[in-house]
Amino acid sequence: MTITIDKLVPVAIGDHSEETAAPGRRAAALRRLTASAAWGGVGVATFVAIWAIAALRVDQLPSPAATLTELRHQLADPFRDNGPNDLGIGRQIASSLGRVFTGFGLAVVVGVPIGLLIGTSRRAWQAANPVIQLLRPVSPLAWFPIWLVVFRDSLTAATWVIFVTALWPLVINTAAGAATVPRDQRNVARVFRFGRRTYLRHVLVPNTLPSVVTGMRLSMGTAWMVIVAVEMMSSKAGVGMFVWNAYNAFDFAQVTAAVVLIGIVGFALDLAFLRLGKAVALEEHHS
Amino acid sequence: MSLEISGLRKSFAHGTKLQRVLRDVDLTVEPGEFVSLIGHSGCGKSTLLNIVGGLEAADAGVVRLDGAEVRGPGPDRAMVFQNYSLLPRASLVRNVELGVASARPDVSRAHRTEVVEKYLTAVGLWEHRDKKPSQVSGGMQQRCAVARAFAVEPRALLLDEPFGALDALTRARLQSQLIDLWSNESETEIVLMVTHGIDEAILLSDRIVVMSNPPQPSVMAVIDVNIARPRDRVSIIDSAEFRRIQEQLLELLIVDGERSVA
Repeated sequence: MTITIDKLVPVAIGDHSEETAAPGRRAAALRRLTASAAWGGVGVATFVAIWAIAALRVDQLPSPAATLTELRHQLADPFRDNGPNDLGIGRQIASSLGRVFTGFGLAVVVGVPIGLLIGTSRRAWQAANPVIQLLRPVSPLAWFPIWLVVFRDSLTAATWVIFVTALWPLVINTAAGAATVPRDQRNVARVFRFGRRTYLRHVLVPNTLPSVVTGMRLSMGTAWMVIVAVEMMSSKAGVGMFVWNAYNAFDFAQVTAAVVLIGIVGFALDLAFLRLGKAVALEEHHS
Repeated sequence: MSLEISGLRKSFAHGTKLQRVLRDVDLTVEPGEFVSLIGHSGCGKSTLLNIVGGLEAADAGVVRLDGAEVRGPGPDRAMVFQNYSLLPRASLVRNVELGVASARPDVSRAHRTEVVEKYLTAVGLWEHRDKKPSQVSGGMQQRCAVARAFAVEPRALLLDEPFGALDALTRARLQSQLIDLWSNESETEIVLMVTHGIDEAILLSDRIVVMSNPPQPSVMAVIDVNIARPRDRVSIIDSAEFRRIQEQLLELLIVDGERSVA
């Protein structure tokens, strides 16, 4: 009997303390979340306040309230299609995203193999390095006239500008990943005399994939910035054209409303690639 | 199988400075021997192991296996590295299979399936075979790496601090499994192990090669461990021979450590 009681006491204490610990942790997590949301709110409020003051002082600069009204108006029917001169903002963004993903996809197809090659072969690196270093600092927009000469169509040219935009971060990050496969992994491949396919599939690709996704995230971020600019130049379709046309029509609230939407889409794209990066990250050994 | 190392030299260039890693190393390992390499960090014992494994080339000297010169990795030698080094995307069983299939393309599929199961079972991982390396503990990963090495059925097994990253209990269990596999069930004749552990070296080895630090990084002493097998890890500590070798090793390593500092 005494034994049972002796054993019961510490167990009861243990249970009790665990019951209080879990809500304690949850409360702490909730506090952290609230704090970060609150400070985020402070930041946004400060920005909106500065914007509102600027709008009061600068003639014709739309205020946050006017932008919000315009945003509501645009989002009431974002996919309207009343002919080429009155397309909903949703359609414009979708058309821009289509070009971004096409150019980005082409860059992945071309850039990842090049990155793997120059990351694993010293000679390929030496051959490619001067070309990459020379072309990388060039604004992708400078390629627009070149692609126009090649394709004679401004939307195709815009897609290929995105290709150039996305190419360099993909090539460089893939190469960096391929060049830094851990020595132990390479030694295993040599000791067990892995064939080319086994090496690619089980050593090179899994160890390089996290850097490839980092490259994708960087290039997608830049591509989404460049698409707006290149569509302003091409003036045929897309959210860039939407912004430029709104400016030319003196509808400045449409400009600021579009800027807000462009930001939201870019943020969402970034989050998507961040999640993809977490999915392909190699989990650390836990011992 | 016998392993013969003679006149081995190796240096690494650091800019204009030349770091001597191995100077005139001579060593012969007889068939059926378990030999440990012990010494301070940076005394070149891992480099020596890599040269025997064919991963690095010596500047001078030669390594012979049964009289044939080693020029690169081969299916007669398998290695276990310090950091588990399993393929991250492949399951445990796939890791062992890929090792066998790549190193020994000559073995039949049936035999491959058989050895994979045999060695994964021997290290107690058969029921965990479909897990990925990240889903199991470090000790289990290292057991899988040991199973992979044995499954190749190498005649020489090269171990680079295989138990260094493990906790004491896991280390003890894996040491026993290693000795069991080597002495009973496998084709493996020679084991060459790099280690930092004095007790580990005495417990496992037939001979212990003590390596000295630069400026003369080479074989400082070779100590025979005349303790009958099977050895019991608990009672061995009380044997006079164990104590004697332990003291001898400590003295050699301490003197060498002081000399290289001075």
